[in-house]
Amino acid sequence: MSVAQFGGQVAAEAGGPGAGEVEQERRRGRVGYLLLLPGLLWLVIFFLVPTVQLVATGLYDPNGSLDTGYAMTWSFSNYWDVLVQYQEQFLRSFGYALIATIACIFLGYPLSYAIAFKAGRWKNLMLVLVIAPFFTSFLVRTLAWKSILSDNGLIVETLKTLQLIPEDGRLLATPVAVVTGLTYNFLPFMVLPLYASLEKIDPRLIEASKDLYASGVTSFRKVTLPLSAPGLVAGTLLTFIPAAGDYINSELLGTPQQRMIGNVIDNLFLVQLDYPAAAASSVLLMVAIVCLVVFYVRRAGTEDLL
Amino acid sequence: MADGRSAGADLTLTGVTKRFGGFAAVDDLDLEVASGQFFALLGPSGCGKTTTLRMVAGLEEPTAGTITIGGDDIGRLKPYKRPVNTVFQNYALFPHLNIFENVAFGLRRRGVKDVKSQVDDMLELVELGGYAKRRPAQLSGGQQQRVALARALINRPQVLLLDEPLGALDLKLRRQMQIELKRIQTEVGITFIHVTHDQEEAMTMADTVAVMNKGVIEQMGAPADLYDNPATTFVSNFLGQSNLVKASILDTHGDALVVDVQGTRIAAPVARARRTDGQVWVGVRPEKVFLGAAGVEEGSYDDNVLPSGTVTDVSFIGVSTQYLVKMPWGQELTVFEQNTGAREQFRVGDKVDLHWVAAHTFLLDADQDAHAGDETYAALSGAPTA
Repeated sequence: MSVAQFGGQVAAEAGGPGAGEVEQERRRGRVGYLLLLPGLLWLVIFFLVPTVQLVATGLYDPNGSLDTGYAMTWSFSNYWDVLVQYQEQFLRSFGYALIATIACIFLGYPLSYAIAFKAGRWKNLMLVLVIAPFFTSFLVRTLAWKSILSDNGLIVETLKTLQLIPEDGRLLATPVAVVTGLTYNFLPFMVLPLYASLEKIDPRLIEASKDLYASGVTSFRKVTLPLSAPGLVAGTLLTFIPAAGDYINSELLGTPQQRMIGNVIDNLFLVQLDYPAAAASSVLLMVAIVCLVVFYVRRAGTEDLL
Repeated sequence: MADGRSAGADLTLTGVTKRFGGFAAVDDLDLEVASGQFFALLGPSGCGKTTTLRMVAGLEEPTAGTITIGGDDIGRLKPYKRPVNTVFQNYALFPHLNIFENVAFGLRRRGVKDVKSQVDDMLELVELGGYAKRRPAQLSGGQQQRVALARALINRPQVLLLDEPLGALDLKLRRQMQIELKRIQTEVGITFIHVTHDQEEAMTMADTVAVMNKGVIEQMGAPADLYDNPATTFVSNFLGQSNLVKASILDTHGDALVVDVQGTRIAAPVARARRTDGQVWVGVRPEKVFLGAAGVEEGSYDDNVLPSGTVTDVSFIGVSTQYLVKMPWGQELTVFEQNTGAREQFRVGDKVDLHWVAAHTFLLDADQDAHAGDETYAALSGAPTA
C-alpha cells in the first residue's frame, strides 16, 4: 500500500469530516505516517540507495578497474553487452527455475492438501517436518544432495539396476541434479503459503459443492483450486524468484554446462572484479523477474497480492 | 434427480442411527414427512437434529437404517446423486464466485440449458434482481441468506433441507425471513425440512414440528397440538413455558381424572393425561392461568383452583404482566396476565388464588425430570438442558 493510499484510507475510515472530526482525522493521518517512518527509512537506506548505486555501477566505464577507479560514462552498452554475452545463462536460469517451480507445485500441492485436510492431530508435526530442513544451512543441505546423487551412491546404483539410466549414466553434474536441488531447497516456500490458503477453506464450501451436484473431482476444480489460488500464486513466486537467482545448486550439483546467471554474477563480482558488467547483469535479472512476476500475477487474476 | 417441474416427495427415515464412537447422536429414528410439507426438526443443540439433516443430504453416513425419498432408497448415495439440496447454516456461499454464478452452480454441474433465464427468475423470486454481479461478501446477512436459498431452490429438489437458516440474522430480519420462507415454500410446493433450536420459529412456519432430544423424537405433531398437549416434560418446557406441580391421581369420573395437588383437588381431561394412575406432574401454561384475590370466587364453578399463593415478583412486559406466585408448599409458579385493563393488578406480597379452565390441564409422567428442556433453569443452575 502506498503512502498516499494509506493517508486516503485513514481519511476514509474517519468518516465525514465534521467540525470536531477534522482535527482528529489529521492527527490520525500523522500517526499513520509516523508508524510508517522506521520501515520507510530502512527501505530507503538499505534498498533504494543500494539499488540506485547498482544501476549506476552498471553504467560505469567498462574499461575501468579497481586500481584505476571507475568513471561514470553512462555506458548503456554494458547492459546490452552482458545480455548478449550471457544470454544462454539467463535463459537457462529461467528454464531451470520454471521446471523446479512446476515440480514444487506437483510435489507441494498434494502435500499441503494432505496436511490441511487429512493430517488431523499430526498437522503440526507435519508442518514442523516441512520446515525442519531450515535448521541446517542451505549450503550443507545442498552438499548432502551431492552425496545422495553421487555416481556410486544408492540412487544412481538403483536406477542402473532398474535400467532406468544407462550403465555409464550419472545424475550428479547434470541439469537433472541442479533442478532436483532447486526443487528440494525451495519446496517449503511452496508448501507453506499453499497450506495457509488451503487451511482457510471452509469445509462447508466443499459440502455445499457436493450438495449442488459436483463430484469430488469437480468440487476440487471448481471450489478448492480457485480458493487456493492466492497460496498457489504466492508459492510459485516464492519458489521461482529465488530459484532463478540461485547459484549454489548449480555450483555444487552442476558443471559449467549448467551455469546459471547467479554463477555468472558471482564470478563477475568476486573473481573477474568486473563491477560494471556484474552490476548490469544483476539489474537485468531483477528487471526480468519483475516483468515476469507482473505478467504472471496479472494472468492469474490475483492482483490483490501485489 | 429432480426432473425440473416436480414438486416435493415423501421423505421416510426408518430406524436411522448415527454413532460417533460410542455416542449415539441419532438413535433408531423413525420419521415420515409427507410431500409438500413444511416440516420442522426442533431441539436444543446437540440433540441430533443437524446430524439427521446431514444424513438426508448425504454428508453423513447412517450407522444403520434406511432413508427413502419418493420410495427410492437414497441412504447410500453420494450427496451429489441425491434429489435434495441444502441451505447451510452460515450459508456457505462460494466467496470466489459472484451471486449469479453461486446460484447457477447446481445448474452448471448438471449441464442444464438456459441457465441465464432460470437464474434471473430465481433471483427475482428472492428479490435480489440487481445483485447478480456482486460477490457474497458485499451482501448483508439477510441477502446472503436469500442467495443460499436461491442456490438450493433453483435445482428444484424433491426435498429442501434448511439447517438453522435464520440463526445468523438479527431478530427483526429473522421475523421477516420467516414470513418470506413460508411464502416461497407455498409458492414452489417443495417439501421443506427445517432444522432449528428456536421454538417460536418452528411453530410460526412449520405444518408439523418434531421435537428432538438426545437423538430421539420426543413428540411430533401440529404446533398447536404440541403446545397444548405435550407428551413429556421436555416438550412442555422446551416449547414455551409450563408450570409443573407434583400430584397424584385419585379417581376417574367419565372423561375426567380427579387429581390431588398438594391437598387440593382438581380435574384434568383423560385425553390430556399421559398416565391415568399414580404419581403425575400436573401441567398448565402460564398464560392459561389467571389470578384472583384469595378466597374470592372467580370464573366458573368448575375451574381448577390452587388457593393461598403469595405474589413474590411482578414484571410488567407491556402486553402482559408476569407474576411469580409462591405456593404454600414452597414452589414458585408463573402466571402471565394479559394487560386488558379490565383485570385487577396485584402487588408483591398479595395473597392470591390461581384459577384456570380444567380442560387446559395436562398430566405428565412423574418419573420424568420436571426441568428437562427448561433452558432458563439449566442456565441458572448450570445443569445440562436435556
